[in-house]
Amino acid sequence: MFDDLSDLYQQVILDHCKKPRNFHELSGATRSAQGHNPLCGDQLKLFLAMDGEVIKDISFVGSGCCISKASASLLTEAVKGKTRAEVQKIFEQVHEMVTTGRVVGDVGKLAVFAGVHKFPARVKCAILAWHAVMAALQGEGQPVSTENDET
Amino acid sequence: MTTEAAVPTEPKQAVNWSAIRADFPILDQQVHGQPLIYLDNAATTQKPRAVLEALRHYYEHDNANVHRGIHELSNRATNALEAARSRAAQFINARSADEIVFTRGTTEGINLVAQAWGSKHVKAGDTILLTEMEHHSNIVPWQLLAERTGAQLVYLPVTGDIGLLDMNRLDECLTRKVKLFAMTHISNSLGTINPVVELCARARQLGVTTLVDAAQSAGHRPIDVQEIGCDFLVLSGHKMCGPTGIGVLYGRPEVLEAMPPYQGGGEMILNVEFQRSTWKQAPHRFEAGTPDISGAVGLHAAMDYLEKIGRHNIAEHDQELGAYAYAKLTRLGQGIRLFGPHIGRAGLVSFRLKDIHAHDVVTVADQRGVALRGGHHCNQPLMRKLGVESTARASFFFYNTTAEIDRFVEVLGEIQKFFGVA
Repeated sequence: MFDDLSDLYQQVILDHCKKPRNFHELSGATRSAQGHNPLCGDQLKLFLAMDGEVIKDISFVGSGCCISKASASLLTEAVKGKTRAEVQKIFEQVHEMVTTGRVVGDVGKLAVFAGVHKFPARVKCAILAWHAVMAALQGEGQPVSTENDET
Repeated sequence: MTTEAAVPTEPKQAVNWSAIRADFPILDQQVHGQPLIYLDNAATTQKPRAVLEALRHYYEHDNANVHRGIHELSNRATNALEAARSRAAQFINARSADEIVFTRGTTEGINLVAQAWGSKHVKAGDTILLTEMEHHSNIVPWQLLAERTGAQLVYLPVTGDIGLLDMNRLDECLTRKVKLFAMTHISNSLGTINPVVELCARARQLGVTTLVDAAQSAGHRPIDVQEIGCDFLVLSGHKMCGPTGIGVLYGRPEVLEAMPPYQGGGEMILNVEFQRSTWKQAPHRFEAGTPDISGAVGLHAAMDYLEKIGRHNIAEHDQELGAYAYAKLTRLGQGIRLFGPHIGRAGLVSFRLKDIHAHDVVTVADQRGVALRGGHHCNQPLMRKLGVESTARASFFFYNTTAEIDRFVEVLGEIQKFFGVA
């Protein structure tokens, strides 16, 4: 009877929620961006150290629910060493997955977020960090908010 | 000075609460395969059959546009609207139906006062006094007014997690510079019941106009505007068994009559020429356009329904449920942080489970059939002051049972286990 719940809160998510990876400020960051969900007060700040087109290192700080924290944590693992274009592609895959449940291509560990689409109120939690990383890569100085976008 | 002790007499009797629960068809359902336990009543309450029937009867028999109509149905619709106005006046012990303005709800009531009264009476250098526990709807309209006029906002502080108004700071905040003091009767995020009679009396001594936000209290306890001694009082129908989209603004007649219109349009005018118009007297001056007639009919039925149960009975039951839940939650010890007063609280509990975000609490509770709310509850400044970004909240109404509260607390234990916190 709690199948949907275990879809949402997969073990990997619970683990990253409790022990977020790359959870610190980054000295030597060349870019940063904030993500804010005004509905629940979630605040994330991402730090990126770029080497040309490549994300050499990435970290985050902030507070939020299990889904948003785990999403940011797994994001840092997924995009480290990736180029801007590769991150753009992963963003599109994640966006598709959390809004529709469809997994397109190989998303690795990020597939644990496929269950989020059954919880429409929580899609914003899962996508917040991804909007923030895109904003950081695009060099937009403005904090991104879940309320400026459809999801 | 004397005030009329005029709460409508409601003789105390034993109430059959489980029979009353059966009046609410929506409560009898399963959510995610579990019996629904609806604990989001501070957001909106459910509607009894009597209200649903009143809406249906109105649309099946009497629907037409009001006033000006000569035909039979228009007369009936007009009578229904005006009967609802009289009922609302009686419900809050106003002296006359002319003191009752129909609005879309509490938010519109406050905006109406901020615009119509505020624009006339508030100038640069004036102060508007609020409390730190106000809902956004009793903050933002005053910010807009302050921006327009150059007035400034001052807040009576809240005393930390226990959530009481700091009455020691009242003298310092409530000065002759204050033009208006707007306060909530019951806090939607803390469950605090504020001493509005005393606060309004203190304001009156200084000639300060007062507004009481009764959104959380009107369905939960007797409301007597003469006893409270406020100039304005606002409430929402949907938080007291009525439909969404209808609310009441009470205004003291001298204050209402001196106010310019809020919106222009039909229904509110006496005579319109191409260059100028004259307006009706209060309350019609403030009701431009076709009103929410069916909403008023539904609100009328809701008020009848509440009064049949007895609002003293409801208040007592409400506080019992609140106290019962609070006592059970304190047993979670270090695992929970509770907000609001220890005693004398309204029927809601606001809390944080240690190391678990409110939205995670609410999501898991929902899967177990328990409807809670998590977030800032439209109290962002208060949340910031308490150093939290959100809380989870369970808010009760008279149809809730102690068995439901037992299950709700049990579910919190399951949530702690789920997230590996217990």
